[in-house]
Amino acid sequence: MSDAALPVAAAAPVRRSSARGESLGVRIALIALSLLFLLLFLLLPLAAVFVEAAGKGWEAYRAAITEPDAQAAIRLTLLVAGIAVPFNIVVGIAAAWAIAKFEFRGKNLLISLIDLPFSVSPVISGLVFVLLFGAQGYFGPWLQAHDIKIVFALPGLILATVFVTFPFVARELIPHMQSLGTADEEAALTLGASPWRVFFWVTLPNVKWSLFYGVLLCNARAMGEFGAVAVVSGKIRGLTNTMPLHIEILYNEYMGAAAFAVASLLAGLALITLALKTFLEWRFGDEIAASRKH
Amino acid sequence: MSVAVTIETIEKRFDNFPALRGVSLDIQPGELVALLGPSGSGKTTLLRLIAGLEQADRGRVLFGETDTQELSLRDRRIGFVFQHYALFKTMNVGDNIGFGLRSRPRQERPSESEINKRISELLELVQLPGLEKRYPSQLSGGQRQRVALARALAIEPRVLLLDEPFGALDAKVRKDLRAWLRELHGRTGHTTVFVTHDQEEALELADRVAILNDGRIEQVGSADDVYDHPATPFVCEFLGEANKLPVKVVGGQAFFGDRPVLGGIQQNQGGPASLYVRPQHLRIVDETPLALPGTVEHLRRNGPLRRAEIAVEGLKRRLDVDLASQVAPAIGERVRLRITHANLFAAA
Repeated sequence: MSDAALPVAAAAPVRRSSARGESLGVRIALIALSLLFLLLFLLLPLAAVFVEAAGKGWEAYRAAITEPDAQAAIRLTLLVAGIAVPFNIVVGIAAAWAIAKFEFRGKNLLISLIDLPFSVSPVISGLVFVLLFGAQGYFGPWLQAHDIKIVFALPGLILATVFVTFPFVARELIPHMQSLGTADEEAALTLGASPWRVFFWVTLPNVKWSLFYGVLLCNARAMGEFGAVAVVSGKIRGLTNTMPLHIEILYNEYMGAAAFAVASLLAGLALITLALKTFLEWRFGDEIAASRKH
Repeated sequence: MSVAVTIETIEKRFDNFPALRGVSLDIQPGELVALLGPSGSGKTTLLRLIAGLEQADRGRVLFGETDTQELSLRDRRIGFVFQHYALFKTMNVGDNIGFGLRSRPRQERPSESEINKRISELLELVQLPGLEKRYPSQLSGGQRQRVALARALAIEPRVLLLDEPFGALDAKVRKDLRAWLRELHGRTGHTTVFVTHDQEEALELADRVAILNDGRIEQVGSADDVYDHPATPFVCEFLGEANKLPVKVVGGQAFFGDRPVLGGIQQNQGGPASLYVRPQHLRIVDETPLALPGTVEHLRRNGPLRRAEIAVEGLKRRLDVDLASQVAPAIGERVRLRITHANLFAAA
């Protein structure tokens, strides 16, 4: 009996690799495919941006970035993001809070509506605002009569950006808040805390990492948004051109090096976002995992 | 102040599900009361209503003479210990315990040094001295439970409410904590209400046990009361084990089929009824006028007890019988059973 069992036991380690699934060849092929994809679609274009940007030397690069129109575009992008992101943080937290902590009618509808900006083409998102606030739009005559400019001006850019980037914060927070439940808040309330104290000392600290991710993604998109912004901007140089729009204009005017120089700034932002995210995951990985677990 | 908490004909519905249907209960100052019942019986809802975490559809909860409706959650001053403790994981143990005191309006708030002193006193009380700087994730289940209790006690609550206080702990820790909680209650004397589905826990810990079923209180009483004198068939079956025997009561005697099995029943009871007999109240006897014949089908050992399963003709379920003497019957042996004590309920 034990003699008969021995050969089987000896054979087991040999067979284990196939029991685990794919053979070595398949594994190498899958890994190679993934790497190749990343190389072709992510790293190569990214490298191209920086190579093209540096193509005409440091002086040309500096000139392309410090040129007044480019400076105006950078300032405008920062301004739009600086307004749209905080706005979306506040509204996103409010929406996530409402959805995660309360039961009410139309909750599912609200969840679908939060996703709407993701499912609608950004161009349409921009057109909606032109339709509403443009000269021929519903509110156009009234706005003109009161000398308020929305479309082809800063308010339009902010509106479009807010709309497109709205889901990021809420989307990140809702599942996390839902999984946390309401016991912590109830405990704080029974201990006599005011609702504001509960929010700032219990709810917000509990979801700080999700919130941070959401803000990071929201900001990256707010600065990089093209479609919706292109429609409402009117592309007035030095006035309503954000960085992505400025890049497109430069490129269309055959100023490749200048276009890539400005583009390298946006790409740099993406890299910083990525690095920050990775750093946080590495540094606070345990804490993040713990805060998500329960 | 004669009564600490008065619950008056509380009704509560969730959507279309009635969670509580007319529950009334008085809780005396310093009393330790258990709300015992199967899941879905409404016990947790009742606890949350006392806490003010739920609103009743009808009825009132009074603290002393005060209608709690007039009190904000802060002014209710209740210490609530949640089933999974709900410790604030982003705060250390000390900050968790101090949270309630630091939440008070500035003019009522103790100084920071007083708060810190209170925190270390409470940690002393729950036998976790010096753990202020730990985080909840660094504690064991039993330690978390005690921190949650210290946090609730920090606000000097009028009433301490515990939701399944030992539900999330393993058996050994549970036993230790139970004895410790009983002792702590003896020392601090807080009016305490706790929810449990574990009858052993309720009977051992509580001064009085309120047994809930289907949104109603079936019986309130001391452990001896509810165990020895169950008021309803539900209580009888829920607490401990009981064999159920369908009988007919005629002339002060209970008949199983046409065989008299129990005498001395009050004359005003009559007609079809259910007889509930605990395994320890059935005795194997030689000869007696009131006896139930059966066959031994199975013998089991349950710790110190030996138990026989006895098949009785005309009864689908076998009767569980605790064997008092060392001499066990053999399997297949025909025996006679005498009922030494039973609870009789008229058939519904």
